[in-house]
Amino acid sequence: MASYDQAEPGTELPPQQYQVTRRDLVRYAGASGDFNVIHWNERIARSVGLPDVIAHGMLTMALAGRYLTEWAGDPGAVTEYGVRFSAPVVVPDDDQGATVEVTGTVTERLDGQRVAVDVTARSAGTKVLTRARAVVRLA
Amino acid sequence: MAINPDYVGRTFDPSEPYEVSRVKIAEFATAVGDSSPLCRDRAAAQAVGYPDVIAPPTFAIVVNAANGARVTHDPGLGVNYAMIVHGEQGFSYARPIHAGDVLVSQTTIESIRPVGSMTTLTTVTEIRTVDGEYVCTARSTLVERGA
Repeated sequence: MASYDQAEPGTELPPQQYQVTRRDLVRYAGASGDFNVIHWNERIARSVGLPDVIAHGMLTMALAGRYLTEWAGDPGAVTEYGVRFSAPVVVPDDDQGATVEVTGTVTERLDGQRVAVDVTARSAGTKVLTRARAVVRLA
Repeated sequence: MAINPDYVGRTFDPSEPYEVSRVKIAEFATAVGDSSPLCRDRAAAQAVGYPDVIAPPTFAIVVNAANGARVTHDPGLGVNYAMIVHGEQGFSYARPIHAGDVLVSQTTIESIRPVGSMTTLTTVTEIRTVDGEYVCTARSTLVERGA
């Protein structure tokens, strides 16, 4: 668990990798209420020009959010969080699914035990989240 | 029909109240891989000062789901949902959402901008409790691909 005193600007958060399978997309669709077919139907995803089924952008954002809250040790620690969805996470129909790699860097110390963090998420070598910034309250 | 620029600045009617449940928070936390007891166990959440289990930081998208759909499917707004991708999303929280919250969302169209053959639609949604306590602002940019 990170501490505010040790979170100097330039501090790198430990990188993490997350697997996203078709099953995870089904579960996220149910939990979020987003039943857009491109997140579970390969035929339709391909018919609209996608290479395969893609993950919900909001699931990718949530994975990077979890990356931050696990670093902070508190799901309520993220007070601001914004991302741009730069590329889709393509999820093949196999047991591995997609691998999403998340890294982060502390950019600024703020008041109230908070730090600003830039995060990056990549899948298959492509940045899937850009301009991903958060304000995180640390212990 | 393209996205209607007359809608810039329009604030939609507030949503129906959304009752945040511990079960839904736990389901959502599981779906995003967050195993924190603070998302599942009321006693654990209260032990660290929260009134009840708390939601992970993107949960506002669930609270706003019905309201967001009502806005983007407004017939006068003219969004072609088949051509939409999610461009950007941001949240700013006064405090975490917790089980027991009864929340109302209200959306304003901030901008509608042509970008080449595409159009971006940015909305800002304020989420408050039914008692008027401000909880969260969600800003969302959708991108409609041109024909």
